[in-house]
Amino acid sequence: MSRIEPWHQTNWDWRAAGNFIGGGSGAGLVILAAMASAQGVAYWPLGVLGVILVGVGLLCVWLEIGRPWRAMHVFYHPQTSWMTREAFVSTWLLPATILAVVTAGPFWPVASLAMPAIWVTALLAALYLYCQAQILHASKGIPAWRHPGLIPVIIITGFTEGAGFILITTSLLASLYVWMMVLLVVLLLGRWLAWRRYVADLTDTGAPAKALEILNNAAVPINFAGHLAPVILIVLGLFVGPLGPWLVVTGALLAVLGGWWMKFVVIARAAFNQGFALPLTPVRGAGNSGTGDKPGWNKGGDGP
Amino acid sequence: MTRYVMAADLRRCVGCQTCTAACKLANATPPGVQWRQVLDMETGTYPQVQRTFVPVGCMHCANPPCEHVCPSTATKIRPDGIVEIDYDLCIGCGYCAVACPYQARHIVHKRDLAYEKEAMAHEEARFDDKRMSVAMKCNFCQDRIDQAKETGQTPGVDPEVTPACVNSCIADALTFGDRDDPDSNVSRLLAENQTFRMHEELGTDPGFYYIWDKNHEPD
Repeated sequence: MSRIEPWHQTNWDWRAAGNFIGGGSGAGLVILAAMASAQGVAYWPLGVLGVILVGVGLLCVWLEIGRPWRAMHVFYHPQTSWMTREAFVSTWLLPATILAVVTAGPFWPVASLAMPAIWVTALLAALYLYCQAQILHASKGIPAWRHPGLIPVIIITGFTEGAGFILITTSLLASLYVWMMVLLVVLLLGRWLAWRRYVADLTDTGAPAKALEILNNAAVPINFAGHLAPVILIVLGLFVGPLGPWLVVTGALLAVLGGWWMKFVVIARAAFNQGFALPLTPVRGAGNSGTGDKPGWNKGGDGP
Repeated sequence: MTRYVMAADLRRCVGCQTCTAACKLANATPPGVQWRQVLDMETGTYPQVQRTFVPVGCMHCANPPCEHVCPSTATKIRPDGIVEIDYDLCIGCGYCAVACPYQARHIVHKRDLAYEKEAMAHEEARFDDKRMSVAMKCNFCQDRIDQAKETGQTPGVDPEVTPACVNSCIADALTFGDRDDPDSNVSRLLAENQTFRMHEELGTDPGFYYIWDKNHEPD
């Protein structure tokens, strides 16, 4: 029996989600590490962590593809494929980050090289993050991915996760940076608004009902554990004496995990395909055409 | 120019799935993979209920999302409008599969046999390792179409150079031909009838038309 209603696609699973989780966090971290280093925060631990996260994400993709030994073919279509563009940017991002880490490190003799390397790396990371958002947007077969409202979600959560990692690292290795705590709270607010708008717009324009059900079921953990709790913990961390760093670390960790969960939910769980539709029924004999159907959708609209 | 398209007359299709079986035979698709299938769709509410059989598969779009996203250029649009896959280039990333709004693409990672343990003679003879772990889909039986250039026959008219599903249709519901040729069988059919294309609003410009009524407009 053929399926008609949208069903969960099986081509991209947790490994694909891993690319967006690792790549998004790593890119966001590398971007904000440039800002942090301008404020006197040591760059190299952040850069190393960023490279590892992006690298793990790319490893996930490599594990996902059916013919991994042909992976070099991924570079053949920069004209229109965001996956090719992401791959190209990664070939610059990873060595650039390593160069920035080395030049910003304690053993590099020429200090003036560090800042240009760090900012060029941040620019590449921004491009990488943008490519990731566009990869999902170009997936026209998955209504929950192609919705333009997902682009700001992916970008803002990358920044939020990056800020979370910086707060975790600096709170454990150095000291609390109030400006970074404020930035993370602002980013959390922005991510929450972007997420709410994405889900609301997706519901309005029409989407597979099961995808919406999954997104709505994820609202409680995402809203409370992924946003409200981190904000409370970080704000408390500002005022509570000796426990402060631990509250901030816990809040930042929740902010990171909240972003990871959001991406996992969207990519690995809400990925219901378009399904099939019948706009009109055929006219047979002397009868008339009947109204069609779009089974499994919350409404007849097709979304953007 | 040539643009090969297919038309399915929904008034005629009886849902017998002969096209599905013919496609399977012609293209030796593995178990569970059907490049051509016929949906059985029930619409309306009692007592106004209608049942419609809807053939689906690759729509050979003129603006195919699968081609745009393919990072390896394995998916290409031929000059005659057929969207094809180069199995030697495909990396099996699955991006085309999530980009296709028609669920037309399949990736098989493990060789499945109809009777699990032992391959039947035809399965052994027709197994193609090139199609493992890469994307595959309907190609309008492009080998036959290409043969037409050598034989001088007309795809959609001469059965030897016409897709297997069209040849097999017991109700003459499927028609194949060149939409850019105003005298082709498919062009005439489209001119004489009212049609729609599935998910047309997504901007894919599909090459698969569904006929639902005759054209009442005066010529």
